[in-house]
Amino acid sequence: MSSQKKLVVAHAPYWHDGSKISSKNYNIMIAALPAVLMGISQYGAPALAVIAFAMACAMIWEVVWNLILKKPASVGDGSAAVTGLLLGMLMPATAPWWLIALGTLIAIIVGKQIFGGIGFNPLNPPLLALAMLVISFTGIFDFNESLRHYDLGFVMTYPLADLKAFGPEAISKFGLGDLFMGRQAGAIGSTFGLGLIVGGLYLMLRGYMRWELSLSFLAGVFITALLFNLSDSAKYAGPLFHLLTGYTLIAAFFLVPEDSSSPANFIPMLIFGAMAGMMTVLIRNIGAYVDGVVFAVLLMNLCNPLLDKIRPKAIGKVVENA
Amino acid sequence: MIKKSFIGLVKPRLQYNLIPDQTRDLPVPSKVILLLQEPKNGGHASALKVGDAVKTGQRLSAAPDSDEYVISSVTGTISAMAPHVGTLGQRYTAITIDARSQDEWDDSFNKTPTLDTGLKFFEYAPGSPSFKAFTDPENTIRTIVIAGMDQDLLLTANQCVVQNEAAGIKSGVDALKQMTGADRILIAVPENLVQQANTTGAEVKVVRATYPNSLPHMIMKDVLGQVVSAGDTVEDEGVFFINAEAVAALGTAFETGRLCVTKVVTVAGKDGSTTNVRARIGTPINDVLQACNVSLNDRDRLILGGPMRGSATYSEDLGLEPDTDGIVVQDDVDSAQTTDYPCINCGECIRICPVKIPVNMLVRFLEARLYEDAAAMYDLHCCIECGLCSYVCVSRIPIFQYIKLAKYELSLIEIAEAANE
Repeated sequence: MSSQKKLVVAHAPYWHDGSKISSKNYNIMIAALPAVLMGISQYGAPALAVIAFAMACAMIWEVVWNLILKKPASVGDGSAAVTGLLLGMLMPATAPWWLIALGTLIAIIVGKQIFGGIGFNPLNPPLLALAMLVISFTGIFDFNESLRHYDLGFVMTYPLADLKAFGPEAISKFGLGDLFMGRQAGAIGSTFGLGLIVGGLYLMLRGYMRWELSLSFLAGVFITALLFNLSDSAKYAGPLFHLLTGYTLIAAFFLVPEDSSSPANFIPMLIFGAMAGMMTVLIRNIGAYVDGVVFAVLLMNLCNPLLDKIRPKAIGKVVENA
Repeated sequence: MIKKSFIGLVKPRLQYNLIPDQTRDLPVPSKVILLLQEPKNGGHASALKVGDAVKTGQRLSAAPDSDEYVISSVTGTISAMAPHVGTLGQRYTAITIDARSQDEWDDSFNKTPTLDTGLKFFEYAPGSPSFKAFTDPENTIRTIVIAGMDQDLLLTANQCVVQNEAAGIKSGVDALKQMTGADRILIAVPENLVQQANTTGAEVKVVRATYPNSLPHMIMKDVLGQVVSAGDTVEDEGVFFINAEAVAALGTAFETGRLCVTKVVTVAGKDGSTTNVRARIGTPINDVLQACNVSLNDRDRLILGGPMRGSATYSEDLGLEPDTDGIVVQDDVDSAQTTDYPCINCGECIRICPVKIPVNMLVRFLEARLYEDAAAMYDLHCCIECGLCSYVCVSRIPIFQYIKLAKYELSLIEIAEAANE
């Protein structure tokens, strides 16, 4: 016998394409940067504080949960940081610290960890937290109210609130170009349309996001808004306005394509996105809430397990009793 | 290792290695190790004992009438016999033969091409063709597909044979016709070997060079237009797959009267460079690696077969098996590490699966050991075992291993149920 070497055995395959959860999440953060930086440049230090505090809190809740349950540390995968970042981006710059601490607690613990952690959350964690906060603290998420001390050199009323209160004539003061370039009141990271689109395209091209979900969501918003607008343009705003205001773009590129709460098969992805887009406009135009994105996406999250049952027949599958 | 490209929108395309390297003959090794399957009834190798003299090409079996045998690839004496257990618990006797450099040929092989000869002498030929499929009364094999392309990435052993031994394959095809009476014999080759394949007398079919197109199930679907039903084998559909190397071995054996005791094997080093060598079956892997100047250190992986479907082994002292088409050495830092992270439902596996299995749901059932549910609801038995789901998994779940384990556990349940009846 020759000298025995200690070899490592494992099961096939021995190659891997090198992808990791952490690099995926870091890339999502990179993609979110343009919109975040725009928000920080507009609202200054308070916006930076909200974003930083939200990310820190989310990661701390994750660590605390892991310590309490004696589970291996999972904060390194970047998932908690992404959740915190997205929740921060959905908040107004004036959000108080306790709101952020509470919101991230809901997102990490209630939204994700009690279901078993990453990959098991049936609902989008930042959106679930936001929905609870919006219902509980309506005043803070009334952007006209919370941003009243800011004058950034453009119309400082929240476009969707104006639309809800005064109808489409009231929104003629918002130029589409201004809305696209982030010159509108709103949450820190959700107003800069160009930045969000660039970030979204980056994620799509790198393969970190399912493009079907984003594009079908945008198509759902566009087509539904267009139909409303065609039926009565004096009552309903145009489709581009709906695309560029509120949470539409951040939802399309960062919230709808969240992995665990959205379908993975092709046709379900299209249905999921389109239905979420449709619900968004329905809530905005008919419902009670100013922005329908949060509840529309959460509602579709609930349909996800059912939708994902629509799948192609596996090759070779034998259908009995057919 | 092929990594994900920067633009990750398109799914990764793993290309087969299409340029067969030149084959180099290795000298007769000082010893060979042959694995003799233990008879199913559990009897021991009573007909063989340490000290027996064997000749090249001699049929060694536990008892004169048993179905399991090996063909000695050298002339020499049996120096050791030890039990050996395979990856799924198969029991073998490892027969070590100290070889002399001069070959003395055994003459029990007769040159009549019948199925009986195939069963009696060629089950241990390079490529391990299993002629038992022809004895199954339930299946009538009408079509034989000669695999002129290796199943796994990096490997070029069979392509090498098609390129260099087309004449051998031609006489092998004739012998196959006489032995089996199959109506149709095809040869599946990559585009660049069509010219050589045309001279073999078999019907030439081109296989695309993207993994996993040369797996038998994929050839069945793409080339023959026959979809193998879940849980069935290709033999159940009346098709028999045989490696080009085995056909060439048949051809040369019936022409020269001597059994083929060598095997072409692709050796891939840590830098990804490949060489083809022709060595005696049973040559210790260490000898093959040394001849190819491939170094092996502690914590490396020594993979028998290719990088997607091979099996990592624990010792370099094992012998070259007749179905080992490749030896891949992988450095510790390059080897893919699996984790116990849960599935995050990103859907990469669904998009890459060649048979459209909902892998994201399947893996949840497999992790919970609900194998029967996985088979009933989520198409476990449709899996053709290409390993691409594990290759692209962001969570690095050992999906392929879960699938193989599930199939194995289910087969145990089936055997137990059959025994109870």
